[in-house]
Amino acid sequence: MKIRLIDENGLRVDGRRPDEMRRMRMEVGVLEKTDGSAYVELGGTRIYAGVIGPREVHPKHLELPDKGVINCRYHMASFSVDERKPLGMTRREIELSKVIREALETVVFLEEFPRMMIDIFVEVIQADGGTRTAGITAASLALADAGIPMADMIAAIAVGKVDGVLVLDINEEEDKYGEADMPVAIAPHLNSIVLLQLNGRMTPEEVDKGLEMAQKAVKKIHQMQIEALKRKYRVEPEGLET
Amino acid sequence: MSLGLEKRGYGIKIMKNKIYELLKIGKRIDEREPLQYRKIEISTGVVEKANGSALVSLGKTKILTGIKVEVGTPYPDRPNEGVFTVNAELLPLASKTFEPGPPDERAIELSRIVDRVIRESKAIEVEKLCIVEGQKVYMIFIDCYVLDYDGNYFDASVLSAVAALKTMTLPVYRVVDGRIEAVPGEKMKLPMRTLPVSVTMALIRDKIVVDPLPAEEDVADTVVTIGYDSEGVLSAVQKSSPGLLPVNMFKEMVKIGLDSSAMLRRRLLEGVGDG
Repeated sequence: MKIRLIDENGLRVDGRRPDEMRRMRMEVGVLEKTDGSAYVELGGTRIYAGVIGPREVHPKHLELPDKGVINCRYHMASFSVDERKPLGMTRREIELSKVIREALETVVFLEEFPRMMIDIFVEVIQADGGTRTAGITAASLALADAGIPMADMIAAIAVGKVDGVLVLDINEEEDKYGEADMPVAIAPHLNSIVLLQLNGRMTPEEVDKGLEMAQKAVKKIHQMQIEALKRKYRVEPEGLET
Repeated sequence: MSLGLEKRGYGIKIMKNKIYELLKIGKRIDEREPLQYRKIEISTGVVEKANGSALVSLGKTKILTGIKVEVGTPYPDRPNEGVFTVNAELLPLASKTFEPGPPDERAIELSRIVDRVIRESKAIEVEKLCIVEGQKVYMIFIDCYVLDYDGNYFDASVLSAVAALKTMTLPVYRVVDGRIEAVPGEKMKLPMRTLPVSVTMALIRDKIVVDPLPAEEDVADTVVTIGYDSEGVLSAVQKSSPGLLPVNMFKEMVKIGLDSSAMLRRRLLEGVGDG
């Protein structure tokens, strides 16, 4: 069963060029009861992220005297995938919760919150490839919306390899039938990787080139994050027209 | 749920300074060089009841992998391919920080990394593990047990899983009157394409070390595991701890890992008796 993922014009299954991202939409402050929240759409991928805290650690014995702790859950809705996902956490979701937590933990100033806990919830409403990276982009926005101090606002994207071609922002079909998937999260101002995984075969040269593509895309996503925050927080000066 | 409970008090800061000062003159706390692995010992066939097994020690870290084979039905979208799964257990006798009970996120991450390194390198020729198309295929269960933990269970688990795969035997089946039966006395080797290995590296400020000790993992800015096949193509990457990883440092790790992977593969071949 061989599916052609790049056509004779060099275009992808959904008509994109190899270095083209899907349409991305972001909104901040979409949920009422969390301290910070965000909604991110990337092609068919749809994600809500919510942040609660800093608040007291529960259960109490998990608190640390010199810094805060972060609790993170990446979770997919049962209806977010083609075949209904059974309730409860899969092994994949447990692993992704860990790497997403570690990515965000890197930039949050935890020493500001001794004996406190920050909960980060990433809920995938619809999955169409790139859910962990879009989830990180959303969670990062939710943290900013909650007013949590961070060294940088991280953003993420996946690079893949399909039919021997490196492509930016792989969708579900490309992930399923392609040769490799490399999700990357970057702290743009610190020029550092905060999450990196690779599933599939890539040569060292391809990994280098893929990282460059990801770095470029992350700069754009970071700009969109800033604009999304401005849409909520910008205060128009009053009475200047007259 | 994933909860970050890493404790980084003043003790860690002092230890980090000590480890870093040593690294500046090319030394490590156990007298190794920065890019040197600990002693690797591989013994295979240590559990007779398993179809394949290997006990690997990497310094004082010990991993036992056992493989059991069953016959089952293939996935509908891959009717002529065998199936394999990897599981890893952090046994409570291996470390004071491991607890009994269902696998925690560290154990799940370990098993998924071992799985990825093997699966994505296409090491196992699953298309040769079909008995009756669409009905009967070999199912291979790879279980890694961390028996003693002294750092870097990733590379030791991959070594032990691949050593067990390379030396395992499978029963041979024939179809008789529409039913399958094992051919008495006949066994076959597992068809393998490549020997994948993984290299785990810790970044301590601007210095990279391979095969980190627990003390080095504790103070590291971050830890990265990279899987390579026999051609030097990457099959898996995992940044498995918080922290900043500058892009140029990762590129350096890919090169260092490639050199170490060749050494690990030679040791693996010696260990399984093909070297």
